[in-house]
Amino acid sequence: MTQAPQANENDPIIICRDVHKWYGHFHALRGINMEVQRGEVVVIFGPSGSGKSTFIRTINRLEEHQRGQIIVDGIELTHDVRNIERIRAETGMVFQQFNLFPHLTVLENITLAPIWVRGWKRDQAEEVAMQLLKRVGIPEQAHKYPGQLSGGQQQRVAIARALAMQPKIMLFDEPTSALDPEMIKEVLDVMIELAESGMTMIVVTHEMGFARAVADTMYFFDKGQIVESGTPEQIFEDPREERTRLFISQILSH
Amino acid sequence: MSIQAQPIPQRPSAEPLPPPTERFTVLGWLYKNLFNTWYNALLTVVMVMLIALAVRAVGEWALNVARWEVITANLRLFAVGQYPITALWRAWACVVVLWALAGLSLGLWSRRAYGSIALLLAFPFVLGILAQDETTRWALLGAAAAAAAGFLLGQLRQRWLRRLALAGWVAYFPLVIVLIAGLGSEAPLLPSVPTNLWGGLLLTLLLTVVGIVFSFPLGVLLALGRRSKLPILSALSVIYIEVIRGVPFVTVLFMAQLMLPLFLPGVTIDRVVRAMAGVVLFSAAYLAENVRGGLQAIPRGQYEAAYALGFKPWQTTLLIILPQALKAVIPILVGQFIALFKDTSLVVIVGLLDLMGIAKTVLAQPDFLGLQAEVYAFVALVYGVFSFLMSALSQRLEQRLNTAR
Ligand SMILES: Nc1ncnc2c1ncn2[C@@H]1O[C@H](COP(=O)(O)OP(=O)(O)O)[C@@H](O)[C@H]1O
Ligand SMILES: [Mg+2]
Repeated sequence: MTQAPQANENDPIIICRDVHKWYGHFHALRGINMEVQRGEVVVIFGPSGSGKSTFIRTINRLEEHQRGQIIVDGIELTHDVRNIERIRAETGMVFQQFNLFPHLTVLENITLAPIWVRGWKRDQAEEVAMQLLKRVGIPEQAHKYPGQLSGGQQQRVAIARALAMQPKIMLFDEPTSALDPEMIKEVLDVMIELAESGMTMIVVTHEMGFARAVADTMYFFDKGQIVESGTPEQIFEDPREERTRLFISQILSH
Repeated sequence: MSIQAQPIPQRPSAEPLPPPTERFTVLGWLYKNLFNTWYNALLTVVMVMLIALAVRAVGEWALNVARWEVITANLRLFAVGQYPITALWRAWACVVVLWALAGLSLGLWSRRAYGSIALLLAFPFVLGILAQDETTRWALLGAAAAAAAGFLLGQLRQRWLRRLALAGWVAYFPLVIVLIAGLGSEAPLLPSVPTNLWGGLLLTLLLTVVGIVFSFPLGVLLALGRRSKLPILSALSVIYIEVIRGVPFVTVLFMAQLMLPLFLPGVTIDRVVRAMAGVVLFSAAYLAENVRGGLQAIPRGQYEAAYALGFKPWQTTLLIILPQALKAVIPILVGQFIALFKDTSLVVIVGLLDLMGIAKTVLAQPDFLGLQAEVYAFVALVYGVFSFLMSALSQRLEQRLNTAR
């Protein structure tokens, strides 16, 4: 514990310097630089295949980066397994396909990691889980299995499951892309509430209403690079790059 | 807008219509299922005639021709082989405890399991009434009583009872081994019974249960080993699995008889134990492949979700991947265990007298020469009943574990 470099409260919680990633010969990330402050909400958008998922997954090392530096809460991501596990325990992730554990009830999905990774008592974990289920609006589903829930409800369980580890950072990879239109709002509402509560968030999404409402900084990705970044006002009203303007007009015209 | 626009007529009633019901009649059912087309009608008539002929022939033989004394006179041999009469109560104790556990579990976990509990009670009860021998009768009636008591106790549905039942199942296997094998030649209450006296159904069931209990963890480890990123571990697993699967069961049995003593010089290993080792080694290779199939069906997202939450790889495997993989392959595993149960009859070849081996010795008795039909029909019935029970049990388990309703 003591030898861990203690991060200063004012330092960025995530620092990425010149991050590169190859899949075989394919250069998926070409030098990403990003700093995320505590409590900042970052929205990443860009065309399919531009490396958004790859990048967000390097932050909790679901993908390994091959060049550059990633520092999360003062801990640099290297091959050191203990560092990786510490960062993962502090970083919640929500996936496009929910990835709930189908053999466990909703409550068990949420309590499993606190019990096994954090070492909490079952009673304590269940109490926290019930509070989180109330927060995402589905306490009555606690004893159902994921297969019995709608997509929107499953994604809210997935958010509660990530929050149960009391993470400092939440990563979202297109959390509403697999949902039917009428369910998108119920998930976005939860995310907006989370953003307003001060959580540090990195969200890959094309929900521009969400970005406008809560994003502090937006990053436009294309071909493994950050083309442009700025506040929502800058990006929407006055983008520097033609590519950005074109892409935004395309997704807004849908 | 036209003022003449009519309001859209509402449906007269907000009550949802009940689904159309069809009165059940025997004639209607027969027509719909057996005579709905001319070829189905023809098929029905032909099949009914064939079945009638077969039933009549078999019934005629079973009731008038067959000499069932060969079975009744040798029941004890079929059941336990040469297991000593003075120690017979130990085998009966295993039965009684099993029935008690089964009754308790049915009471605790099954709803509306009246058919199962009725069967569980009726089977030993009827046999007990029919039994000629005092010990047999009281043991069977005792089993029925134990099952009834367990079932009633299970109605309490208490948490500590569930724990007790689970602990009972876990302890059952070692209990059986201790009861059947004994605690040593000098032990006052449970003197050892040498394995060369074990036989009949008792030996068949022991080979099967030992095969299942030990090949299961070994097979799971081999399946995980085969998928491991460590090259040596994965290579060893592959070699083991493929070698065993490339060789007939009989060969493995002979190898276990001949090779085990070579690997462990100085230790004399029992013949029955060597056969058990053969069964376990053989079964584990197939089990590994079946479990691997289940592991491959788990999507990558499950691993990613687990890792993102901070689980270590072993926790991910144990808590998230294996439970899903095993659940997916229950039907295959049960099929494999049924095959294993029947395959144990091959131990005759290495000189053991399991149910099949006993059948052969009975047929060699001068009094009963030439009664193959009776003996093999009986043996087939016993194998059939147990296989049916195993597959019925697995369907129960599948329904219970189905979470995707
Ligand atoms: N495991 C992988 N192996 C090889 N190529 C991959 C892999 N994952 C992603 N890629 C490639 O990397 C590029 C970026 O992918 P991704 O990060 O998923 O894009 P996005 O999320 O922006 O749609 C794509 O061209 C994709 O085909
Ligand atoms: Mg993506």
